[in-house]
Amino acid sequence: MRRLTPYLLALPSWMWLAIFLVVPMVAMASVSLQTGNAIDGFAMTFSFSNYGDALSRYSPQLLRSLLYGGLATVAMLIIGYPVAYWIAFRGGHRKSVYLFLLLLPFFVSFVLRTISWNFLLSDNGILFGTLKGWGLLPADFHVLATTFAVVGGLTYNFLPFMILPIYVALERVDPRVVEAAQDLYATRTAAFRRVVLPLSLPGVFAGVLMTFVPATADPINAQILGGTANTMIGNIIQTEYLTNLDYPTASALSFTLMAVLLVGIFIYARALGTENVLEAAAR
Amino acid sequence: MSAAGLALAACGVQGQKAAPPKADAVEDFWSKQTKHGKVVFANWPEYMPEDKGPLEKFKQDTGISYEYKEVIQENAEFFGKADPVLRAGQSLGYDIVVMTNGVQLQHMIDLGYIVPLDHSKLPNFQANAGQKYKERAYDPGNKYTVPYTSGVTGIAYNTNYVKEDITSIQSLFDPKYKGRVGMMADAQEIGNFGMFALGIDPEKSAEADWQKAGEKLKAQRDAGIVRKYYDQSYIDAVSKGDVWLCMAWSGDVFQRQLAGEPVKFVVPEEGGTIWTDNMLIPKGAANPVDALMLMDYLYQPTVAAELDEFIQYVTPIPAVQDLLREKAKTATGEKKKSLEEMVESPLMFPSEADYAKLRNYVKLTTQQEQVYNPIFQSITQA
Amino acid sequence: MRGIRVGDRLLHIYTWLVIVWLSSPIAVMILFGFNDKQSKSNTSWQGFTLRWYAELFDISDLTVALRNSLVIALISTVITVVIGTMLGLALGRHRFRGKGVTNFLVFAAISTPELVMGASLLSLFVSGSVPRDANTIIVSHVLFSLSFVVVTVRARVVTLDPSLEEAARDLGATAWGTFRQVTLPSIMPGVLAGAMLSFALSIDDYVVTSFVNGSTVTFPLWIVGAVKTGIPPQVNVMGTLIFGVGVLIAIANAVAARRRN
Repeated sequence: MRRLTPYLLALPSWMWLAIFLVVPMVAMASVSLQTGNAIDGFAMTFSFSNYGDALSRYSPQLLRSLLYGGLATVAMLIIGYPVAYWIAFRGGHRKSVYLFLLLLPFFVSFVLRTISWNFLLSDNGILFGTLKGWGLLPADFHVLATTFAVVGGLTYNFLPFMILPIYVALERVDPRVVEAAQDLYATRTAAFRRVVLPLSLPGVFAGVLMTFVPATADPINAQILGGTANTMIGNIIQTEYLTNLDYPTASALSFTLMAVLLVGIFIYARALGTENVLEAAAR
Repeated sequence: MSAAGLALAACGVQGQKAAPPKADAVEDFWSKQTKHGKVVFANWPEYMPEDKGPLEKFKQDTGISYEYKEVIQENAEFFGKADPVLRAGQSLGYDIVVMTNGVQLQHMIDLGYIVPLDHSKLPNFQANAGQKYKERAYDPGNKYTVPYTSGVTGIAYNTNYVKEDITSIQSLFDPKYKGRVGMMADAQEIGNFGMFALGIDPEKSAEADWQKAGEKLKAQRDAGIVRKYYDQSYIDAVSKGDVWLCMAWSGDVFQRQLAGEPVKFVVPEEGGTIWTDNMLIPKGAANPVDALMLMDYLYQPTVAAELDEFIQYVTPIPAVQDLLREKAKTATGEKKKSLEEMVESPLMFPSEADYAKLRNYVKLTTQQEQVYNPIFQSITQA
Repeated sequence: MRGIRVGDRLLHIYTWLVIVWLSSPIAVMILFGFNDKQSKSNTSWQGFTLRWYAELFDISDLTVALRNSLVIALISTVITVVIGTMLGLALGRHRFRGKGVTNFLVFAAISTPELVMGASLLSLFVSGSVPRDANTIIVSHVLFSLSFVVVTVRARVVTLDPSLEEAARDLGATAWGTFRQVTLPSIMPGVLAGAMLSFALSIDDYVVTSFVNGSTVTFPLWIVGAVKTGIPPQVNVMGTLIFGVGVLIAIANAVAARRRN
């Protein structure tokens, strides 16, 4: 019975993933090798060159997406870790309340959040307009339609997905262990580095997985907050799929993106000192 | 079903190109259809007064009950959703669908996803639709669609920042507005404006013209004149002054003017385009006869006036202007004021001179599309 | 010790600053729910009114959309949390055949662009002649939320000491009893965090839902469609109420927790 336990635990999710993820992915893999057009039909030609073509056309956007996703992930880690730390160790009986408050803005539709951000960050709006009025900012200063806005938007939108898993891992750490470590090591920094940080690494790994991957694939922030040179790969996939009806290119790009992300996560896992990425993900 | 089989079913290996319907086939189809006493209407949100007045009257007059669904958010996503269903020969579950002219509507037509209309059952349309709405390049002779509501693509500018009267499309290319110009991301829309700037009529354009327009637009981009290639969000940007002048849709600008925001709209002297949201009957619709009756019913001027007063876009029925003018005379207070503004606004009722400047979109074949789209997408999505 | 106290206080303030930053757009949304706007566009301030609160449910399709969203988010969260926690436990605790593949699929589900996921799910439903409605929306939401719950729960499970459970078993507890009294309480923070993420993902989803919804409209779908003609202030009011109810729950929770202590 005990040997069966993991299989029984995994079974419902397996079924879900097999039917609703694997089957469509196989279909997508097939489409990515077809040629033709939506009107005359597509035919399977095992056209592996679809991948090369898509990559040669859109590698700037792909690289840019990885860069933005990476920058946003680092920003989230820097901003989010202290928050997770404080809630886990000092949140007391209000821990779950703090977490809930962090997530609450995301229960309201992204359209409303976006419109509000555009209102707040407008060139001459409530914030920058006032600062410009005081002469603190040059007249042509703007944030919207810049790279900074896109990376900032990604950071904003995925931050809770970084904070929550780090919190979940840290919350497990007994504060007395931390205190003991502080007694043991000369400085608090050393105590943190040698005791708290290693214990939080599973949470950091989970957080990075849950933010870097979707942030890199995200089309919305670039579309709303970007300027003329901030297009990300998610936008390209959207255009190829919905406007150009070029299903093979869209599928090939999606697979390429997934493969690149997988490699990225693998390198990251190696950097964390784990041989096998899948094992790392499990730890 | 094997995974591979599913893949084939999923993306339709078989050709779907529809042979153009023969006239007698259309007749044959319609002769077999009967009235069912119900109709399902799929539309965009905020495209019908909350009391559903026009639909209620239709029900009283014809005894046909209706289901009205606000299920369309974007043309591209709607097509993305409809395509596999219609490809599989299944029904969308709607009898009337509203789509904007553009690539997706063109694909609907090319793929044979639309039931050709029986014009003998559209007397109100024949009698009341404006001439411009009967001559549309994307659907000659209104074979598949009739307009629901329209708008004009022109230039909006913020009068707090732009102190001159904008009349020409060249202003969008003027270096003195560097970083303050907004263009549209849609390949058709931006392509049209690139061509207007070069004195080319988009409706009659060919590949060489697109290339030239592409170069013109690329230079505009490289000079840093364009701040951003916008979707619907342009209107906020121009009314707040993030961009000072921008390609724009008339209906949006009119709403902002009513709200007292400092935006003006102009159809540039080189030309502007007219876009139309169209009613159509998707293949597999359960109640085509009832759908046709409703389409025609909406072409009664009194009904159209009620709709247009709510939607505040350009109506395809010229008689509406007089009806609203009459209504303004008997109205009082705020209501009177807003009705008068509507009647007088060239944004709801373009003048003859404006109409003369308006052009249609170029109609593209699939092969042409594969040339046209990359030219402009490589600029807007660099 | 004084340094620690100052540090803690700074972190406390910092945490609140982050909460305020995340909530700042909500303030604008709330404000424009009180805007006495005169045209269809609700973008410039034109005076205070409570009218939209009185007329909150006047747009029947919008009301239905909000109700759909809440019901779908609740049901999909419950399903996701149950099966996701199970898988999280299996991956974090056990060794079994297919573990590597499972990890890969969990990763794949996060990295599939939403559009591709939505489109391929629709193809699947169409080729299986499954009618699209609230059920297909729920199934899809479970799919994209699942990985987030699994990853969060697993991050918790791997920090646990298995000897506690062994001790419980040695003391004669049944497998179910051990799970309920030892395992579940200790992974609860992960489960709760996963549930909140899952709810947020579901109630805010646009792209995937727009493919698999059939003619069922959700709150984000309706709003996106309304952008074209101007979002009515009732949308802001509904957003305000969701946020307000959330804050009330948080306060009630905090008060209850204080009583318990």
